[in-house]
Amino acid sequence: MPYTFTGDIQKSPRIQLLIDQLFEEMPEIEPERVVLLTESYMATEDQPIIIRRAKAFAHILEHLPITIRPHELVVGAATKKPRSCQLFPEYSYEWVEAEFDTLATRSADPFYISEETKAILKKLFPYWKGKTTSELATAHMSPEAIAAIDHNIFTPGNYFYNGIGHVTVDYGKVLRIGYKGIIAEAKAAKEKLSVADPDFASRNEFLDAVIISCEAVINFANRYAEFAKTKAATESNPVRRDELLQIAANCSRVPQYGAESFYEACQSFWFIQMLLQIESSGHSISPGRFDQYMYPYYEKDINSGKITREFAQELVDCIWVKLNDFTKVRDLASAEGFAGYSLFQNLIAGGQDIYGNDATNDLSFHCINATLHVLLPQPSFSVRVWNGTPHEFLLRAGEVTRTGVGLPAYYNDEVIIPALQNRGLTLEDARDYNIIGCVEPQKSGKTDGWHDAAFFNMCRPLEMVFSNGVDKGVQIGPRTGDVNDMKTFDEFYDAYKAQMIHFIELMVNADNAIDLAHASRCPLPFQSSMVEDCIGRGKSLQEGGAVYNFTGPQGFGIANMADAMTAVKTLVFDKKLFTLAEFKEALENNYGKDMDSKLAEKLTRLAVEKLVADGKSITEDDVKAVYLAISENRCSPEQKAKYQKLLDEIEKLPKFGNDIPEIDSFARDVAYTYTRPLEKYKNPRGGIYQAGLYPVSANVPLGAQTGATPDGRLANTPVADGVSPAAGRDLKGPTAAANSVSKLDHFIASNGTLFNMKFHPSALAGRSGLESFVALIRGYFDQKGSHMQFNVVSRETLRDAQKNPEKYKSLVVRVAGYSALFTTLSRSLQDDIINRTEQGGF
Amino acid sequence: MDISALSVKGRIFDIQRFSTHDGPGIRTIVFLKGCPLRCRWCCNPESQHYEFEEMLQNGKTKLIGKDVTVAEVMEEVLRDRPYYRRSGGGVTLSGGETLAQPDFAEALLSVSKAAGISTAIESTGFASKEVLSRLLPYIDCFLMDIKHINSEKHKEFTTQPNERILENAKFIAQNAHKLIIRVPVIPTFNDTEEEIGQIAEFASHLVGVNEIHLLPYHNMGKDKYTGLNRPYLMGDLKSPSNEHMERLAKRAESYGLKVFIGG
Repeated sequence: MPYTFTGDIQKSPRIQLLIDQLFEEMPEIEPERVVLLTESYMATEDQPIIIRRAKAFAHILEHLPITIRPHELVVGAATKKPRSCQLFPEYSYEWVEAEFDTLATRSADPFYISEETKAILKKLFPYWKGKTTSELATAHMSPEAIAAIDHNIFTPGNYFYNGIGHVTVDYGKVLRIGYKGIIAEAKAAKEKLSVADPDFASRNEFLDAVIISCEAVINFANRYAEFAKTKAATESNPVRRDELLQIAANCSRVPQYGAESFYEACQSFWFIQMLLQIESSGHSISPGRFDQYMYPYYEKDINSGKITREFAQELVDCIWVKLNDFTKVRDLASAEGFAGYSLFQNLIAGGQDIYGNDATNDLSFHCINATLHVLLPQPSFSVRVWNGTPHEFLLRAGEVTRTGVGLPAYYNDEVIIPALQNRGLTLEDARDYNIIGCVEPQKSGKTDGWHDAAFFNMCRPLEMVFSNGVDKGVQIGPRTGDVNDMKTFDEFYDAYKAQMIHFIELMVNADNAIDLAHASRCPLPFQSSMVEDCIGRGKSLQEGGAVYNFTGPQGFGIANMADAMTAVKTLVFDKKLFTLAEFKEALENNYGKDMDSKLAEKLTRLAVEKLVADGKSITEDDVKAVYLAISENRCSPEQKAKYQKLLDEIEKLPKFGNDIPEIDSFARDVAYTYTRPLEKYKNPRGGIYQAGLYPVSANVPLGAQTGATPDGRLANTPVADGVSPAAGRDLKGPTAAANSVSKLDHFIASNGTLFNMKFHPSALAGRSGLESFVALIRGYFDQKGSHMQFNVVSRETLRDAQKNPEKYKSLVVRVAGYSALFTTLSRSLQDDIINRTEQGGF
Repeated sequence: MDISALSVKGRIFDIQRFSTHDGPGIRTIVFLKGCPLRCRWCCNPESQHYEFEEMLQNGKTKLIGKDVTVAEVMEEVLRDRPYYRRSGGGVTLSGGETLAQPDFAEALLSVSKAAGISTAIESTGFASKEVLSRLLPYIDCFLMDIKHINSEKHKEFTTQPNERILENAKFIAQNAHKLIIRVPVIPTFNDTEEEIGQIAEFASHLVGVNEIHLLPYHNMGKDKYTGLNRPYLMGDLKSPSNEHMERLAKRAESYGLKVFIGG
């Protein structure tokens, strides 16, 4: 049924209480899961791994503390305290112990950990030595791949240290038939097996594991029902007592049986979402098309008058808060890359049904309202856009965007559906796609997408071209020749392509090694029970049980590489103003710019390694002397002047992001150096590789490990974000930048592309601001861009833009009767705009 | 349109894309150089002289003015066609004074129309009827300034009397597809309820005109005067307050017009 309202619904006072409660205390690391997991593993050492996993899951659910927080209508928590976390030593644990004393004080995502918990963990961790997925993955990896990781060409760290996550299970199926239904399916599948089948044991064990896991979940919900009943008995407030009794009634029915009301569906949904994250540690477990699979229950209850729209909104809001109750502790480096306690639970509204009709409904609007009501980072709220998307829906989504919360992200059906078909999805499945994590499209309940398989820094292979494959004194890349001998641009570009292919192959090796380790050590029977065709094939997701299997590693730095190739081609080969040798020297010396300690350290290491290689013995004092010499006076004034001249020439060149057809088609070709070779590789689950083009926030930490590049980017500074133009280089406004980005081939980057745009809230002010905003999205999508998200910036950012205008060259602000680039305005006018923002009015 | 229109040359000083307040939708504005008026409050003083000139901007000297062909301008204008289509936008000729370069304006507007792009101009209306007659068939939305009803005061602040402008307003109203009257609201010049009322009354008698925009004075052009080494005659004049703008809007509404504050 089409939607029947588009506006806001009053936020219940309960929601603010729930939100406040989330932030009352610092998140804490709780030890129960480690204790229970270890107990179970110790007791099952003689059993097949899939059974051990199921029994451990059951043991955890049997003893995990039951927690119902005040005011909650939808219940179920993995931790006693809000926003706290459990640990997953079966994936990796050594870093936890190493960081015990800094976890609470670090700046990115700190967690409190009590001395008591530390003592428990210290006692149990030794059991896990040699038993983790990360240790097995290392054993599976080729030494060359390990070296490439150590040299920061790419990093598969996410799945190396953690579970995979990155899945959308078939929520709708559990809502319909409950785990009782799934157990029945598993039992029926067991019936069909013959004991003489060659794979009888593995299939039978897998199905048993599914049954054990689903029964454990039913028992867990019943523990909640009992607990709620007990709580109700002592509750003095009659309103809350009735709420608790209702909660008890809900938990005694779902998720065991199919949901019979919208409220039950909400409770059932939450159990699925939460338990997936207790079974394994992966992030980006994405609810997907919530507005679609929840709709039948909503429609039935609204039509029968069983619930009001206000109550439905309150329940949806409760779920939105709950999605922020989950966190995860990561090692320091990863925490910096994924800062913000984020779990990337992507939830998407709108789009098409499997027949190609518009699917926007009342719940799609409830989702928008919930996002406005909670204004929290979770869920990662997204909307699907196609030619038939109602205008009102996008206008309403724009109202969320202009709050500055950074949500929703917008996705283009007209690109994603054919892109998925090109990867072998049926038309119906492609039309039913949702987004995983950041930007990765897939079909729910049928896919093991491994969407965040690695980050590949496209700048580093170019460094290897200049160094002939040598990094820090080690030959890690192929010898593509001395750049001094390269006579044509094609020779140079071919060398880059050769370096790319070499490292892409090593990344595939590393990913496949990790993939295999997860299949051997951490198959997930509960997750697998909700993804087709695991039960049919008698295989977990990790062993290739899903209908669709992919591995999706992300490349980033396209804008830098496009501008860098343009610079080399124009300045060295077309105009012959500089030689490649001069370029190489300038890059090694960071264009003569003052270097930070990191670069000085790197150069010191290079120098020292060379001395050692020459057979000299080096003392600590020698190293210090080299460091001082390097960091103080590295470049002569003549050198500096020479490098500055090169920088000036680079500055004058046209750049990606300004709607210049020749540059944009070059960028498209540069992107192909990553996306095309990747297509031919296969993973151990029987699926193929598909490229994504986005860095999450890794472009900053990984940029810090990247030397200067020929586009004029200085060493250790961030690499361009996603498919967006390099910061400060798109100077012709949002439509020009969008046009450039649309020229990249978004169909081949079927694991997703990410285009970030920055606006001042004033640019979206009023109805006309929203109309222009929507038209901008539509215009970009008409030209086959895949994704767009918006940073609607605050006055703090504007102040920073005044201090560092070079970083904000493309920031759009509404001035008076017009919009303009902020940094092109006079200081006094900038002040004026900042002051106006502080008054909050436009 | 004949193909020679593409090679007609004109003088511009800027092209600005993603402009959202100069006619409907998302627009590309082409700023033409040269204007017969010298409004004291002009926020684009570099637009006034037809001659090239240098302006100091953010510490750098910038040459203002560029001679371009219609084809060159169209290359830029056509780039945002998807956004015009989705927003009902198009191209807007602004200035300077578009009507002061009639051959270029006619060619650019006719080529735009032929390409299916909606057109608008922002103009003082200060031109001969012959020029207006040539251009009007190609203009979808005419945004015309009326600054004052009293000709002497008009001359004092803009260097030109207003008879021709008011005459032309009637002519444009009768012949344009759509005419919107815009009034820069300048303290010390025309910001009393009486003065705005007179303009609104005049506008309300124009055939087919039902919309008026009141644009509050701002001093954003001030730095440009410094950059051009010219005196800024408005001094430290403050923008009219929101309350005052509301009062003026109310007065204008009393003549049966739809009033917008800002573009």
